[in-house]
This record gives sequence, C-alpha cells and structure tokens, in this order.
Amino acid sequence: MAATAKKTPKLRKTARPSASAWPQASEERWELRLYVAGQTPRCVEAFSHLRRLCDEHLEGRYSIEVIDLLKNPTLAAGDQIIAIPTLVRKLPRPMKKIIGDLSNTERVLVGLNLKARSR
Amino acid sequence: MATSQKKKNGKKSGPRLPALAKTPTGISGFDAITQGGLPRGRPTLVCGGPGCGKTLFGVEFLVRGIENFDEPAVFIAFEETADDLAQNVASLGYDLAQLAAKKKLVVDFVHLDPGDIEEAGGYTLDGLFVRLDLAVRSVKAKRIVIDTLEVLLGALQDASAVRAELQRLFRWLKERGLTAVITAERGDGALTKHGLEEYVSDCVILLEQRVDDLINTRRLRVVKYRGSSHGANEYPFLIDEQGFSVLPMTSVQLDYQVSHERVPSGIADLDEMLGGKGYFRTSTVLVSGGAGTGKSCIAAHMVDAACARGERAILFALEESPSQIVRNMRSVGIDLDKWVKKGLLLIRATRPSFYGLEMHLLTMHKEISAFQPRLVVLDPISSLMNAGNPRDVKAMMIRLFDSLKLQQITGIMTYLTTAGRMEETEAGISSLIDTWLEVRDVELQGERTRALYVIKSRGMPHSNQVREFVLDSDGVHLLEVYAGEDGVVTGSARISQDNRRAAESESRKAEAKRTELLLARKQAAVRARIAALEAEFESEAEAARLEIREASERVERARAERVAAGRRRSGGATLRAPRAGGKA
Repeated sequence: MAATAKKTPKLRKTARPSASAWPQASEERWELRLYVAGQTPRCVEAFSHLRRLCDEHLEGRYSIEVIDLLKNPTLAAGDQIIAIPTLVRKLPRPMKKIIGDLSNTERVLVGLNLKARSR
Repeated sequence: MATSQKKKNGKKSGPRLPALAKTPTGISGFDAITQGGLPRGRPTLVCGGPGCGKTLFGVEFLVRGIENFDEPAVFIAFEETADDLAQNVASLGYDLAQLAAKKKLVVDFVHLDPGDIEEAGGYTLDGLFVRLDLAVRSVKAKRIVIDTLEVLLGALQDASAVRAELQRLFRWLKERGLTAVITAERGDGALTKHGLEEYVSDCVILLEQRVDDLINTRRLRVVKYRGSSHGANEYPFLIDEQGFSVLPMTSVQLDYQVSHERVPSGIADLDEMLGGKGYFRTSTVLVSGGAGTGKSCIAAHMVDAACARGERAILFALEESPSQIVRNMRSVGIDLDKWVKKGLLLIRATRPSFYGLEMHLLTMHKEISAFQPRLVVLDPISSLMNAGNPRDVKAMMIRLFDSLKLQQITGIMTYLTTAGRMEETEAGISSLIDTWLEVRDVELQGERTRALYVIKSRGMPHSNQVREFVLDSDGVHLLEVYAGEDGVVTGSARISQDNRRAAESESRKAEAKRTELLLARKQAAVRARIAALEAEFESEAEAARLEIREASERVERARAERVAAGRRRSGGATLRAPRAGGKA
C-alpha cells in the first residue's frame, strides 16, 4: 500500500527517497500531540509554530491535542516524554517524536516525514 | 517542602552531629567504610564499567532503605524496563513488584531512543522533572536512584541544553532532600564517559571489575566524600544471592578481646606440649607440613574435641569433598559424620579456583555468621595461593583471621609446605599466627617418620621438643623421643632402641635376682653359723655352771668338816664359852 502512495497535490516539496518513509494517503488523518508544561513562552511558541506548519502542509486533515503535564503529570510516562515541548505524531504510524520549540521548520518537516532528510 | 523534609531527616538520624548527616545504605560493609552511609539529602555518583554492579548497588540501596529504614524510594531506569529490572534482581531475592504494591517503591522506566527523536529548537527536560516529581510525591520518597543518567547525554544532541538541565536536576534533587544515587558509565581515563562527576561533588564511588589470572575480583573505592572521612582503600566486594557486600578491611581494628580460656586439642600429648592445657580459645593455630604428614588429622582431632564439648565447628575443605574427609578421618578413628548429623559440624568444600579470593572470604564470612561456630578450620589455606597472588592472599588472611578473632572464634589452618616456595608466604602469615605447629618428615635409616614440634605458641610455655608423630586407627599420638647420645631416635631405630633397652633391663633383672638369691643363701649360712655358735656356747656355759656349783658345794663341805673337827679337839671348849670373855 505504501509503495503505491499517491502524490498529494498539497505536498509541494516532494523529493521521495523511499516510498515507505512517505505519508501514505492524502486523505489520511494526522493526529498530533503537543506536550507542554505550563504556558511558558517556549511552549506557546511551539504551538504557534506547529499550527502554522500544519495549516501549510496538512490543511483540514490534522488535529492537535495539547497536553499540559503540569495538569496531567501522569501522562508523561505514556509517550515517554522527557523534553518539553515534545511533539508526538500519533497517526499516521509509525509514531514520531520531535522535541524543541519547533522553530527549526526544516527539522520539524523532516521529523514528521513531510520532507526528506537533506544530505 | 524541601526544608521540612530535611528537618525531618535530620531528626530521624538522632542527635544531630556537627558532621555530615548520613543515610545508611544497609549494604553490608559499605556503611562501615563510609562511616555511616551516603551523604543524606545529596546526590552520590556511582561509576564503573559495564557489569560492575552499579545498578545493583542502586537497587540494594533502595530495597534496604525501604526494608531496614522505612524510606520509600524511586528508581528511574533509563536502561532497563521495570519488568526487566524486577526480573534481574529477583535472582538476588528482591521483590520489586511487592514493594511497588506496598507503595514503597516506584520504578519508572524512561525510554530514550536516540534514533527516533528529532530536535527542532530549544527545549528543557521538564518532562523528566514532571515524571520525577510525580514518582517522588506518590510514595513520599526519601531515596532515589537514576540509572544511568548519561543516557540523556547520549540520546540528545543539544549537549549544552542537557548539561544545563543536569545541573538543574541535581539542584532539584538537593532541594527535595533526596538521597540520590546516580550511576554513570566509566570513561577512558576519566571517572565517567560524559563528565558527570563535575555535577556531583559530594560523593563519588567507583566500582571496578578486574580479572587477574582468570579470576574475577570486584573492587569498590570511595573516590571522594566531601565533608566526611572515609576508608580510602580499594575494598573487594561481592555480588551473590544475598546481594551486594563489601569487605571492609580497616573496619577491623586490633582491639578484640582476648580469651584466657585454654582449649584441649583432642590430642593429649599435644596439649602437654602446649603447657599442658592446649591452645587458647580465639587464637589462630597453624599446622604446617609437607604432603601426607597428617595436618588434616590434627585439625580433625581439634574439630572432634570441640564438637565433643558441644561446640559448633565449620570445616572449610579446599581440597577434598566432605564425604572423602569423613571417610579418611574414620580411618584414624575420628567420626566426623556423627557431628555433622548432630548439627554441630558443617563441612563446606569448594575448589580454590572456583571463586576469587574475595568470594572465598565472603562465603566463609556468611557461613560463619549463619552457623555461629566456635571453631573454624581451613584445610588447607595454602591451596588458596592459587586463587590470588601472595599479597592478596595475605591481605585476605589478615581479614579472615581478624574477623575470626573479633567474633571470638578459634581458627585452625593447615598449610601445605613445599620445598622452596614456602618461605616467603610463611613469613607473610606467620605474624598472624598464635600457635604454630609443624609436622616434618624425618628420613632416617631408609624410612620416613613424622616429627612434630611447636614453632611458636604465644602466651604460653611450650615444649621445645621434637616429638614423634604416629597415626594409627585411634588417631594421632605423640611419642616421647629418645634424646640419647645419637640424638633424636624415631621409627625403627626407636624400636631397636626399645628392644635393646628391654634386653638390657631383662639381664639386669636376672642379675639382681641372682644376687638376691646369693644374699639369701649367705644370710641362711650366717644364721646357721650363729645358731651353731650359740649352741656351742650354751653347752660350754652349762658345763661351767655345773663346775661352779660343784666347787661351791665342795667349799661348803670343807668348812663344815673343819668345824666338826674343831669341836672334837677342844671338848670342853663349850665351858670356856665366849672366847672373848676368857680373854677378859
């Protein structure tokens, strides 16, 4: 299935190193989680970076769940959260983790497999 | 909150000393080295190579803390899952699941896969802090282990961010008054691979594993302990089914109580050589000698005598199996099996090369503290030479002998001497020995006999004689020696000497009898002569008496005749009556 992935019109920057590392279908829903610890500037910044990126690349087919570990500390263990902020791509599989304030757009896109790692 | 906890901790440790407050680890031996344990409310770095026991040190620190000191704990595992960890330490008798169920322990596995984390911008480790805080609060933990923190440094790329966070972490731990153990991998030429030691300045412990001559020994060293004195040596330690144990060498001081009680050795002749009363209780007795000289038999005698008094004894056999020892000793009339069945004697056999020296020492320690004997036999200590170099062996002997003395246990060691090599080692351990017996082969007139002598025996008069040592079906006997003009005589020379003496005394006896007979005869003859003389005298005396009587009779008769004759001559003389009147 992955091998026959269709080219999505919205993913303009397409350079496919391997089909398997590629998001499968344009209809696929993206489920993202952003772990934060309180309303720190870094967390707020991370969220706005994420929103911008998603609107740009995944318009209409993503959801972001923000989890504040100060309010729900028990949730940190489930996704093995160490660093704050952490972005977790729950769907599509496999799970991906990106840490940091997401200011480095290039790295975020690579991390989410929206862009190939540039060598 | 942190300060209140600190206060509570301080109160718990009793009268607050001006010195650093310490948290006892409960790890046997370790608290003795560090004079009380780890610095309370501070982080301690435990570093070492792979497989040297860092994790176990941490686990034991926590489990003992819960069980012995009722201090709840948190274990943050970066390397193993909680299940793996529980499984790994279950073999050491720790039930982590049960402690967790009792809300005394939280094991939190922090998984960090360097491959699947993309870093996009600045971050903090607040996630880790949240988890730590949650775990610590959920059980009100006082102790925490982080194993191994430097995984963070390996997995995350932004080293400066991680280092800043580590600094914050140590501050965080201190603020909460947690006594923490941070484990770290040993680096080349440095204590830790990632330089964690610069964050932990209070206490650093180094664990090492070394293989010398194919035998593995583990060592522990307190590299640094700010604000406290500590043993600076390398201490051997062991990991066995009872966990982690360190052997403090300097915790044994020369201040043990000595006993004035004398204990018979079970060989009456030997006791006689030792001032007539045997060896001192709690002393260390060495029986040295060549192969087959009967060292083990002497030791077995002492065991037998101790058990007969109702005392417990342990025999550590390093060359024979227990059944072999029992059989062999039966041939000289010592029934050890009886004592084993009665529970007074424990025979433990191990191959010297099976463990390292420390393991030997520790297993002995453990057997001794479990069995509580009054007598311990090591047969032979010389075979332990194979388990380490002479210096280590000597160090081990010192520790063993000292600990025996401290526990008021008599130690009996046998030592196999071989020509050439023995001297240095003997010199090494002789100073530790109170009573030293030597059994020697004497070759004389084409045969081998054994001779025993007392090289030294502290605190008692002892024989300087060499005694012949004989083993027969009822044990060891020491024979008087002939100190004749030919020197000491043993073996068949002794027998011929015996015979010669017997013959001599026989002939002397006969001669005496003959003389006696002669004397009797002489006496009889004298008596007879006396009787004859007496008889002769008697008859002569009789004759003389007869003659005397006759003579006096004759005199009487003559007088009477004269009187009669006078009367006849005068006639009227009667008229002239008184002569005197006539004169007047």
